[in-house]
Amino acid sequence: MKTKLTLLLIVVMLLSSFGGAAIAQSGDTLTILFWQAASQMNPYIATGTKEFEAAASVLEPLARYAPRGEMIPWLVDEIPTVANGGIAEDLTSITWTLKEGILWSDGTPLTAHDVVFSGEFCTHPETGCSVLSQFDGVESFEALDDLNVRINFKNPKAFAYGPFVGYLSPIIQKAQFENCIGAASLECSEENFAPIGTGPFVVEEFRVNDVVTYTANPNYREEGKPHFDRMIFKGGGDAESAARAVLETGEADYAWNLQISPAVLNAMEAAGNGTVVAEYATNVERLIINQTNPDPMLGADMRSVWMEDGSNAHPFLTEPAVWKAMSMAVDRNAIATQLYGKGGVAGCNIVEGPAEYRSPNNDSCLVQDIAGANAMLDEAGIVDSDGDGIREHNGVPLKVSYQTSTNAVRQNTQALIKQWWSEIGIETELRNISASVFFGGDPASPDTYGKFYTDVEMYTNGSNGPDPEPYLGNWRTTEISGPWNSWLGSNVPRFYSPEFDELLDELSTTIPVEDRIALTHQMNDLLVQNGAMIPLVFRASVSAIANSISGAVMNAWDSELWNIADWTRM
Amino acid sequence: MGKYIVRRLLTAIPTILVISFIIFAIVDLSPSDPTGNLPLTIPPEVRQKIREALGADDPFVVKYVKWLQQFFISEPLNFIESVFDVTFPGSEDRVRVISWATRGPVIDIIVERLPQTLWVVGSSYVLGVLIAVPVGVFSAYKQYSIFDQVGTFLMMIGFSVPTFFTGLMFIIIYSVNLKWFPSVYDTTLVVTDMETLQLQLRQMFMPVTVLTLYTTAQMSRYTRASTLENLQQDYIRTARSKGLTERVVVMTHAVRNSLIPVVTLIALGIPGIFAGALITEQIFRVNGIGQYLIIAIQGGDLPTVQTVTFIFAVLVVLFNIVADVLYGILDPRVTYS
Repeated sequence: MKTKLTLLLIVVMLLSSFGGAAIAQSGDTLTILFWQAASQMNPYIATGTKEFEAAASVLEPLARYAPRGEMIPWLVDEIPTVANGGIAEDLTSITWTLKEGILWSDGTPLTAHDVVFSGEFCTHPETGCSVLSQFDGVESFEALDDLNVRINFKNPKAFAYGPFVGYLSPIIQKAQFENCIGAASLECSEENFAPIGTGPFVVEEFRVNDVVTYTANPNYREEGKPHFDRMIFKGGGDAESAARAVLETGEADYAWNLQISPAVLNAMEAAGNGTVVAEYATNVERLIINQTNPDPMLGADMRSVWMEDGSNAHPFLTEPAVWKAMSMAVDRNAIATQLYGKGGVAGCNIVEGPAEYRSPNNDSCLVQDIAGANAMLDEAGIVDSDGDGIREHNGVPLKVSYQTSTNAVRQNTQALIKQWWSEIGIETELRNISASVFFGGDPASPDTYGKFYTDVEMYTNGSNGPDPEPYLGNWRTTEISGPWNSWLGSNVPRFYSPEFDELLDELSTTIPVEDRIALTHQMNDLLVQNGAMIPLVFRASVSAIANSISGAVMNAWDSELWNIADWTRM
Repeated sequence: MGKYIVRRLLTAIPTILVISFIIFAIVDLSPSDPTGNLPLTIPPEVRQKIREALGADDPFVVKYVKWLQQFFISEPLNFIESVFDVTFPGSEDRVRVISWATRGPVIDIIVERLPQTLWVVGSSYVLGVLIAVPVGVFSAYKQYSIFDQVGTFLMMIGFSVPTFFTGLMFIIIYSVNLKWFPSVYDTTLVVTDMETLQLQLRQMFMPVTVLTLYTTAQMSRYTRASTLENLQQDYIRTARSKGLTERVVVMTHAVRNSLIPVVTLIALGIPGIFAGALITEQIFRVNGIGQYLIIAIQGGDLPTVQTVTFIFAVLVVLFNIVADVLYGILDPRVTYS
């Protein structure tokens, strides 16, 4: 017995004696922590942001978005425009010209045929492509010669930069993926785990949901780059421990997506090993107000089902005084500073970015006004008539159920809002649902965000790129979520406005940027000022970078690793 | 004995089939969705297409039969092919169990992850048993001594403090403050020489200690209870009155009998090693089988959840048989006729 204990003690002491030597960190290896691990590396069949990011240092698009949302040429020399002849006068096609001399990491040249193939790979009906919406309205892809590729659209397209711009739709190698198109993409694990690319790094080893090891691409087009021989992309764990590994223990150089309590994050940053960085794009955390009646007594045919004649409208949430009061009672600055920290600022719009697209007409929401909200409800005759502390509207008590996905920040937001709403005589019942169920599309589940069986729900959404047209299209009347589209329509609040639909049609044929901005303002205001949604927080992407790394520029419009070739260790 | 084992194995087959059906039904009926984690900017029509491409919307029976065929026919054939380097007809078209999240074969991923799970969870189990048995026996022999009191106190702490708490404490003490051990487990590390062995031991230290604490606590309590019971039996008094030395009385008479239930417990705990340690793997980024299962559940990846849980189920059934057989070997009073 004694000997065993002594033995154990010796082992412990032996192990601790190595302690003096700092934790291994080679100067030539870049370590990146993604607490959600990558499942595979083909962005066209990705199941989350993690896969797009894992592929971003290997696969590259024709053009990228810079940190302010402007386009920069990447595998091409210039961005095609109508002025330089790259986009046809009638807006039905766009022609990209590849930079000369770009090689794949296997040494073969990148050609227009690879670009055509990438487009065909995604648009094949059996691939199940995750970013199909990038290719909306595309009729065909055409290689004019080895360097020129033309994308033809079915109708004139005012914003022609959907395909192959940004990290969502990079170019994959035709020679490698030729036999993986369509249903065969399911069996191509070898290819999906190690795509050949033109980027600064090459996959050396891929371990599913664990770690990706990369080496520098010997055929990379820029001499002397990347500055690291190896890169490790480690997954697993949680956001807090990822932040700790960069900011406190110094084991990693970069940690992604750190939505954790600002108090915790600030304390870690104070250790002095790294810096927390944040960038804004378009993501807005918002409350969705159910325009239809979610009463369980209605049964499956009527519950939360929209009727064009307005016969199934919500009993009190369509009343302007009610939802305006609910919005006024919320202290957005408190939510942003206490729960989001660097990760968000108070927001009053559905379209918050790019900056010029942001409507200036709703900023009054930034100030909380509980007294004003109470006065407005009193004036509208919505008062507490039976003395239970809850107001009634036409005899219906203002009791709302409020659901969101399971996430610490969201549950804290819920608690704050519940408190504020109780101060204006509205009782709130809180629910939270696992993200994979809530954001899932199972038509049999009563808990999906699309089915919306509650009065209010909360989540984040945003535009996929700087052009807000597809994003605004979410709230078209034909997109109203209901049993006719298996509850998969993107118009979740069941917002109905013929005026909004007309503006959408107008937007799709409007080319001058100033006019598109004016239309966007108008449509944003329609959504906000008619109570379809209550914006709360304009969210940033938050990451941590070790102080020893220079050249890393945070980007919320494209991959966070967009300029990884320029990163160096000081 | 041989007959008994054969009979048990045969009755295990329907059990396993029923288990597979129940697991499949539970997983399939759960509302999680393989496209649930995609960014919201991806429109619902696209999600629908992805589900169709994966076959996620097929009827229940179709999915179940497909899985049965893939798991019980394709996978074994594939295994035989890769081990014996032969090719059966139809090898090209054979569909293995494919994960919806990775679009790669599930079994390959399990095989890839087994080493780190066995290294970390396996060694903590072995270590836990090695510490627990002597501690438990000694505690019982010297009941109410200082050693017993302190041991009981420590074991109660080990038993009741959850691993996510001890794990975090260890990271803060040993990684953040002392910088002795890494908090991120490097699964790509291959042990080739003394230096890499030292790295491996260092990165294993924290997860193994956390798990060992828990295993030791559990096992030593059982050993202590069982030994206490035996020490009060008449045959121990007889042995002492015969004039046998304390050493023989305790080690040969008491401990041997006391360990029978403990051995069963150890055998039944072995499938748990393969299941990994869900929480500890997550904390230290060991990324073994436990973490794989968690990700698959979160991602609504039905084929993976089904396959991994089913393998655990098979191991549980098998080790139950092993425990029963061990009983017969250790305890001559048990016969199988």
